[in-house]
Amino acid sequence: MQILRPRDLDGALDALAAHPDASLLAGGTDLMVEVNLEHRRPETVIALRRVGELAEWRDGFIGATVTYARMERERLPALAELARTVGSPQIRAAGTLGGNLGTASPAGDALPFLAALDAQVVLASAEGRRRLPWDEFLLGPGHTALRPGELVLGVELPDTVPARQAFAKIGVRQAMVIATVNCCVVRHDDGATRVAMGAVGPTVLRAREAEALVAGVAEPSPQLLDEFQRLVSKEVQPITDHRSTAEYRRHAAGVLARRTLERCLHR
Amino acid sequence: MTDLGVRRPTLLGGVGESAARPDGIAKTTGEFEFLGDMSADGMLWGATRRAYVPHARIVGLDVTPALAMRGVHAVLTFDDVPGHRYQGQHVTDQPVLAEGVIRHWGEAVAVVAADDPETARRAAAAITLELEELEPLTDLEEALERGEVYRHVRVRRGDPEARGEVVVEGTYETGMQDPAPLGNEAGLALPDGAGGVDIWGPTQWTHVDHRQLSACLGLQPEAVRVHPCRIGGAFGAREDLSLQTHIGMLALRTGRPVKMVYDRSESFAGHVKRHRSQMRYRHEADRDGNLVRVTARLLLDGGAYELTSAAVVANSSYFAVGAYDCPNVEVDGYVLRTNDPPTGAMRGFGANQPCFAAEAQMDRLAAQLGMDPLELRLRNALEQGGHLATTGQLIEHPLPTREVIRSLAAIPLPEPNDSDDPRLLPGGTGLTTPRSGVVRGVGYAVGFKNLQFSEAFDDYAEARVELTPDGAVVHTAAIEVGQGLVTILEQIVRSTLNMTHVRVAFDHTGRIGSAGSTSASRQTQMAGGAALEAARRVRDEALERAGGDELDEAGVWRDGRLLASLEELCAGAAIEHHVRYRHPATEEPDENGQGALHVDFCVAAHRAVVDVDVDLGMLRVVEIAIAQDVGKALNPQQLHGQIEGGIAQGMGQAIMEEVVLDRGVVRNPTFMDYLLPTSLDMPPVEAVLVEEPSPWGPYGAKGMAELPTVSATPAVAAAIRAATGRPLDRVPVRPQGIVGLQ
Repeated sequence: MQILRPRDLDGALDALAAHPDASLLAGGTDLMVEVNLEHRRPETVIALRRVGELAEWRDGFIGATVTYARMERERLPALAELARTVGSPQIRAAGTLGGNLGTASPAGDALPFLAALDAQVVLASAEGRRRLPWDEFLLGPGHTALRPGELVLGVELPDTVPARQAFAKIGVRQAMVIATVNCCVVRHDDGATRVAMGAVGPTVLRAREAEALVAGVAEPSPQLLDEFQRLVSKEVQPITDHRSTAEYRRHAAGVLARRTLERCLHR
Repeated sequence: MTDLGVRRPTLLGGVGESAARPDGIAKTTGEFEFLGDMSADGMLWGATRRAYVPHARIVGLDVTPALAMRGVHAVLTFDDVPGHRYQGQHVTDQPVLAEGVIRHWGEAVAVVAADDPETARRAAAAITLELEELEPLTDLEEALERGEVYRHVRVRRGDPEARGEVVVEGTYETGMQDPAPLGNEAGLALPDGAGGVDIWGPTQWTHVDHRQLSACLGLQPEAVRVHPCRIGGAFGAREDLSLQTHIGMLALRTGRPVKMVYDRSESFAGHVKRHRSQMRYRHEADRDGNLVRVTARLLLDGGAYELTSAAVVANSSYFAVGAYDCPNVEVDGYVLRTNDPPTGAMRGFGANQPCFAAEAQMDRLAAQLGMDPLELRLRNALEQGGHLATTGQLIEHPLPTREVIRSLAAIPLPEPNDSDDPRLLPGGTGLTTPRSGVVRGVGYAVGFKNLQFSEAFDDYAEARVELTPDGAVVHTAAIEVGQGLVTILEQIVRSTLNMTHVRVAFDHTGRIGSAGSTSASRQTQMAGGAALEAARRVRDEALERAGGDELDEAGVWRDGRLLASLEELCAGAAIEHHVRYRHPATEEPDENGQGALHVDFCVAAHRAVVDVDVDLGMLRVVEIAIAQDVGKALNPQQLHGQIEGGIAQGMGQAIMEEVVLDRGVVRNPTFMDYLLPTSLDMPPVEAVLVEEPSPWGPYGAKGMAELPTVSATPAVAAAIRAATGRPLDRVPVRPQGIVGLQ
């Protein structure tokens, strides 16, 4: 196994162009688990920690190697909330946003946030850059639109990021747990509402009928929230696995989305 | 000689004090050398090839691709086992390596020794293994129908015609729990150059390992020395052999030291687990709440090999009623052969499963009678002078059942949660649950279990105490797995010899006889009993030699005059005494499961307070209170440590810990998915120690470390039932169960 340690983005892209099948290493919180479990045996690893461009966080752009620990401290409430639910402090100090995108787990905790904000994923290769909407980047469990020779540079957020945003996650213990269901709700000033649900489909998904139902309604009535909850439960596509059942996930998705919306409205 | 200027030393760290562990600082600072830290010059690394299918025939097994690899020194299979080819603590029915058939997920097929761990792993993977998969047997009812029964324990007591007016029935299930000790399996085998071998491996009983290892390695007993290990945790997982035979074989074959270390996933495949169970109960009582009859059928999943299952199902059956009087009892306990992973000992050893079911039954009965659940338990409490409901055995020694229940009830309930701190709400950092949506529930359970080995087992422990100029040394083969025996032995011998400087030397099997297993809540009473008796003899001899009447750190005294210093006492023949200590004898059961099968008993009562988000199925355990029978508290701090750890494990089984099986395949063999309680899940514990001295335990002590686990599980489940109103007859309770879904 060879480990390449580029010092800047150009170096990283050159290395990737020379080794298009290389595994990218940032925090290693997914890659090292896969290596240890012998699910993956990369011949080439490109370590990205020294690439300063990837760790940038400026208006509207979050770099791929920004860690959860950093997200926890920043001012986007839902991002801080989701970051706090990821692993242990050690994992949060290592794990990155780009890793969550690259792994593309249906349960990835940062993904509902990106979906609710209609974020764009910025990809870079030696050839150049391109942008994909989140739902054109995330294609299925572990499956993304990333091409050989390409890496995730970061995500672009829309020009206006509403302050009313909230995240919630169900897991079978108080912390350090993979999501059974996770959820991010964003409420724009004009009443437009975005509801993104994770771990209830092959990728994170948006509950668009439920979004439309509450769009522009300043104070949704309990009856309307009941209907909102019902629609979210209807729109998700959960499965049964060793972590939970489809039936529970469907039920919980509705309850969780409703509560997260209520929390959002009161922000 | 002169005594001028000699002061009477003060005894520090005797019985009853919270003496510090001698290895505490080394463990805290990371300097303690655990098993996995050991190494030897010229050492090779071992790795195991396993088959991760539940049932298959081996149709092809070719080790040549592995042997051909550079750096590989040996590849061994079933045919290479030099001696007896089966192992197991009680019943030796587990092949050392698979014998043409895979009978459970993760069964070991071959082992490799290579220059480094990576080469060893790659070589293990390079072995060609062709399997023809077979239908696994994983349904307990089907196993019973097919007669795949390791043991059937039949208990019949009282009048078969007796009936109670008030009847409650229920069926219950408990999941398979992993002991999940923090330290993964690790070991080192060192050839002695004369055909023999020294083995360090994860163990709870070196002498029982020694018996199996010398048989399997085809060596004379004196050619094998099993060393005490320094291992992080056990909980039963180390009672059966894991990697010891494998490293022994590899070391003998290569003539070089061989080390092997499991990672966490392999550890899930490599050690026994707690039996999952399915239980059917019928309780009958009169209108006043007196139990008239209990009928139970218990099915335990014994997995692919028998190992200790026969003794586990005995415990389940004999403790099927709990700490209650009941004149008429009918229990059929079965432990079944399946293609699930092998099960064996785990903290509570079969008492946990029926406790979950029987305590739920007591709550149902109380509800049916309109009676307070604690009142019902007090009314039926079994104490000294009563008879064990199942076996009819007279309870000869103190059993403070009413006292633990009353002490528990006297602990104030925690205040309602008025904080919005998410860590104190169900769902924790996931922010799922507003405070307004929470319902509080309170649940109780009484735990009851035997101490020591039962059913006429010849159960003994050896210890040798030696007086030195600097104090005393206790020699034992008993295993310290972190539970604190090392401190307890020091304290017992300090108090007996009246001297502070006491050290424990953990000896290998060639140096001292068996201390028995570090299990069954044994060692405080057994190794402790042996050390106490040996220390008494040392003290008596020292006094006699010097003609004094008091012994301490300075020497032997009479009338305030020092007659002989320790140095002077030790100048002649060594003062040391070796004791083989036995507890009072037990009997074998008759054909109805009747008899004095147990030495002694221990009881505890738990109260759990749980906040439940009933719409989402999330919960947080707010507090667990316990009143625990301890005989006499030799080290209160250690007792509290055992209580808190035991409760964490029992609570874990109640709300999250389960080996998820899918037709024999383990779906969650990592700590990513096998969830253990974290510090945010573990609630504060309020513990009361109830002291009624044991007439035979050292300084009145009882072993106690299993009970905190046994009844924590049913208490938490009862609290969730109280909050939700749902029957919840299976643990772990899952969110879907709390909201009433699949």
